[in-house]
Amino acid sequence: MIELWRSIGWRGQVPLAIALFALICAPVIADRYLLSVLTLILYLAYVGQAWNLMMGYAGQLSLGHALYVGLGGYVAALLWLDFGVGPWLSVFPAIAVGALFGAAIGWLGFRFHIEGVYFALLTIAFAEFTRIACDNLAFTGGSAGLFMPYVEKLAGEWWNLRGGQLLFYYLALLLAAAAIVLTAHLAHSRLGYYWLAVREDERAARTLGINSFRAKMTAVLISSGMTAVGGVFYAFYYNTLFPSQVFDTNQSIELILAPLIGGLGTVFGPIVGAFLLTPVGETLTTLAERLGVNLPGTKQVFYGLTLMVIITLRPTGVWPWMARVLGFGNRAS
Amino acid sequence: MQNAHCGKLTRRRVVAGAAAATALLGSPAVVRAETKALKVALLLPQSGYFAAAGQSCYRGAVIAPKVLADYGYHVTLSYYDFESNVAKARIQAERAIGDGAQCLVGAFESGATLAIAQVCEQRKVPLVVNIAAAPPITEQGYKYLVRNFDTGGQLLTNGLRLIKDLIAATKVDLTTAVFLHANDTFGMSMRHAMDKLFPVSHMPFKIAESISFDPQAQDLSVEVTKVRALNPDIVLVITHAADAIKLIRGMVMQRFEPKAIISPGSPGLYDEEFFDALGPLADFSIYTLPWANPKAQMTQALEAAFKPAHPKYRFAVDSFNVGFTFEALLIAADSFKRAGTANGSQLMAAIRATDIADHVMIGGPIKFDDKGQNNNIRSAVVQNRNRTPVVVLPPNVATMTPVLPMPPWHGRT
Amino acid sequence: MFSLYLNVISQGILTGLIYGLMALGLSVIFGVMRVVNFAHGEFAVVAMYATFLVFRYYGLDPLLMILPLAGLFFVVGYALHVTMVDRFVGRAEHEQFILLVGLAIIMVNGLLMIFGPDARAVNLPYGLDSYLVGPLIIPKARLYAAVAALVLACGLFVFLRYTRTGTAIRACVDNLVGAGVVGLNVKRLYAITFGIGLACVGAAGTLMVMIADAEPSLGSAYTLLAFIIVIIGGLGSMTGALVGGVLIGVSEALAGFVIAPSMKSMFSFALLAAILVLRPQGLMGRQT
Repeated sequence: MIELWRSIGWRGQVPLAIALFALICAPVIADRYLLSVLTLILYLAYVGQAWNLMMGYAGQLSLGHALYVGLGGYVAALLWLDFGVGPWLSVFPAIAVGALFGAAIGWLGFRFHIEGVYFALLTIAFAEFTRIACDNLAFTGGSAGLFMPYVEKLAGEWWNLRGGQLLFYYLALLLAAAAIVLTAHLAHSRLGYYWLAVREDERAARTLGINSFRAKMTAVLISSGMTAVGGVFYAFYYNTLFPSQVFDTNQSIELILAPLIGGLGTVFGPIVGAFLLTPVGETLTTLAERLGVNLPGTKQVFYGLTLMVIITLRPTGVWPWMARVLGFGNRAS
Repeated sequence: MQNAHCGKLTRRRVVAGAAAATALLGSPAVVRAETKALKVALLLPQSGYFAAAGQSCYRGAVIAPKVLADYGYHVTLSYYDFESNVAKARIQAERAIGDGAQCLVGAFESGATLAIAQVCEQRKVPLVVNIAAAPPITEQGYKYLVRNFDTGGQLLTNGLRLIKDLIAATKVDLTTAVFLHANDTFGMSMRHAMDKLFPVSHMPFKIAESISFDPQAQDLSVEVTKVRALNPDIVLVITHAADAIKLIRGMVMQRFEPKAIISPGSPGLYDEEFFDALGPLADFSIYTLPWANPKAQMTQALEAAFKPAHPKYRFAVDSFNVGFTFEALLIAADSFKRAGTANGSQLMAAIRATDIADHVMIGGPIKFDDKGQNNNIRSAVVQNRNRTPVVVLPPNVATMTPVLPMPPWHGRT
Repeated sequence: MFSLYLNVISQGILTGLIYGLMALGLSVIFGVMRVVNFAHGEFAVVAMYATFLVFRYYGLDPLLMILPLAGLFFVVGYALHVTMVDRFVGRAEHEQFILLVGLAIIMVNGLLMIFGPDARAVNLPYGLDSYLVGPLIIPKARLYAAVAALVLACGLFVFLRYTRTGTAIRACVDNLVGAGVVGLNVKRLYAITFGIGLACVGAAGTLMVMIADAEPSLGSAYTLLAFIIVIIGGLGSMTGALVGGVLIGVSEALAGFVIAPSMKSMFSFALLAAILVLRPQGLMGRQT
């Protein structure tokens, strides 16, 4: 952590401190709507960071990350509903189950040398398979969904994640910050350099004596476990789980847009991307209303256009460019 | 944080959020007492997977203020599309309340409804559920929520009772059925209800098999082949419009002629796209659903307002979504009038005490039990005749008599 | 019972052939240019709506629409490649992914804005007729569409095998550097390839609307389906795409019939995972 702080230099330290301070103080001035938007942004930044570890650093494209969100969410929700196990405890089995599925996909993929788009399709296949299975399983509630009861007397039990917007906001902030610290730490660790080596040229990495299978596997395990924690957050924040919502391919796509737009393989890319994309969506909604356009779909058309423009102009993401323009230390990017 | 009775409201909007800096736009304070109208926000899935239903509800909402004004109620409406997405539903609810909404109405989809309910509960703003069938909605102990809609179980209980009446009225011999349902939230809650209720409802027919299908499947010909092999008299279906079309088309192509196609409480058999796609083949399908009472005065007023506002749409087809959305607004407006304030807890108390005898949908007066559920909604047997939904039972609200068995597919006009 | 299975299988084969034609378009683009067309299914849906419009206002049979629409899609594909996609050729997959996902979002919601969310049907005069062959029931529209898909696939096969341009495109697959060295205009060939890919998916959309209704949100499911078929059949293999299509069509039909209809697409994904692990080059693909 200290290492990260030092590495970015004073031109990075000042804005970072200001940003962190602003986020911590945000609830003082922000209204509830803004706070709920910020919560979503931070959640997406967190899950995006988890995906970024696997794709941005280790170079393994997963298009089925919703799988781990769903698994984490279902494990935590079922433990809470059936056994009254609170989220602080159930987060561990959630991580375990997420990582187990990650391990299965990783093992299949890396053992049989399934790469690139093929690997991405394998991840989609697992996510869709699990979605349909959950849709048809009785103990998950099937497609009728799983509902977490809202009990008045538990409403204040913050330690069981039964609370209001403020609780979830700070939790999301904590998660996002922790993910950034972890990423920064890993990126400068031996493992992080293994990942980069494998990402850039796997054969060369192997000749250097790097166990590429193990390096990639660790990336998948960390990423899937982290994403499962996001799933626990999702379950307790929204209190409802539907297989068709949480495991959906569209959900997977939504999760990875922030790091892709912000900048793959960078520490701050996912959070910058999240802070860019969600407000763009919200602003478009407001704009459409102000202009009196009530044609459903208008907003999404412009959203799609934004994606195409950004990726054409800044193919490596917004953050590396921003960091350069603002003159932040190069290690931060 | 900012309740309506504080006297002033501040609107804040996210404009841009680069590097965690968020610009806030504070608009001038709005003084609430300007009008005596209740500010209601409608949260509907106007795009995404449930877009068709969301837009249908929207059509009912836009004509509501004028009709309500004629009855002496005043509301101003604002609309929030949550894109059939639970996360967006929560955010849009926060936004609506931030914008000064004093009561929320929505949201057609059960997951989104619950996400909104949590926000309403924390903000102490009433939520009147227009449509959403999942039983847990009123079982979670929400204090700021009422539902003027049936649960899956109630829909089915009413439906099975009416099907019994229908068979008795038409004196047709129907002994076997196949139950075909979409595997989604609504379809499964109907399936659970069916498994529980059918064995104790002493129906004159047996269910040979229950089959679930994927509502997003491209092709349902295999499902039809499966049903055809069982050759039942009745095909009971829980569908949406798109899959209902595929089912009927499959039956015609595979030359399978059941004596009756009945939905015990689902949409799908009366949507405009269903009539559009199937033409005369859409006729004689039957569904038991809560329906706008064609003989009620308020329904006629609503229909009169609907026609000029939506010349491209038919009231008879939209009336289910339009009727319930209108009634939700009616409940909010009526409670506001009685409470004399938009203060959350007082308005909610008034909503809970609702007792409206004259309204749109078939059934007794609108009243809520301790859980916030209206148990007085009744269904009607509706049959497609000449590409129009027509109430055929019970006799006191019917405008035609039912036709069973269905005439053959070929030779229809 | 036997005749029931026969019916289920025949339905699977006919539908599978149309899926196959759609996947063929993806196979050509992916196989030649290595561009991952994540908007593939959305293009099919646009073609479905175009066919629907022409049918509704001019009463033209979709079978007559195939060639004009394929031509139009070829032009669109060519133009799209020159203006946008070309700069993404050879770039990282995730960059192509965002570009095409953005395009897909625009198409889906553009259709929603124009046509609304309702399903749109082409009601052919023979749409509900069927042939009775012994115990077999073969719906006419489905049969015609499947035969048309087969004919088009054969036409594409002949083009790639026996024309100069086709040979050049195949040369790019085998040896890109070599193709450049011998003076082939790779950029132009890629534009033609993208055009051909879209022409395939356009034609497939025209046929698809004969057996299924057009809805704005269908696209992503078609994209996924096309990818599965291409992987199963084998990349770059023309027959592979058709065989993969039929295999998926039949396996889904049988799974729906024997187990539960709502679980039938599980088998496609399981099949995909199995093929990826056991035979990554696909059933008909060449060993790499």
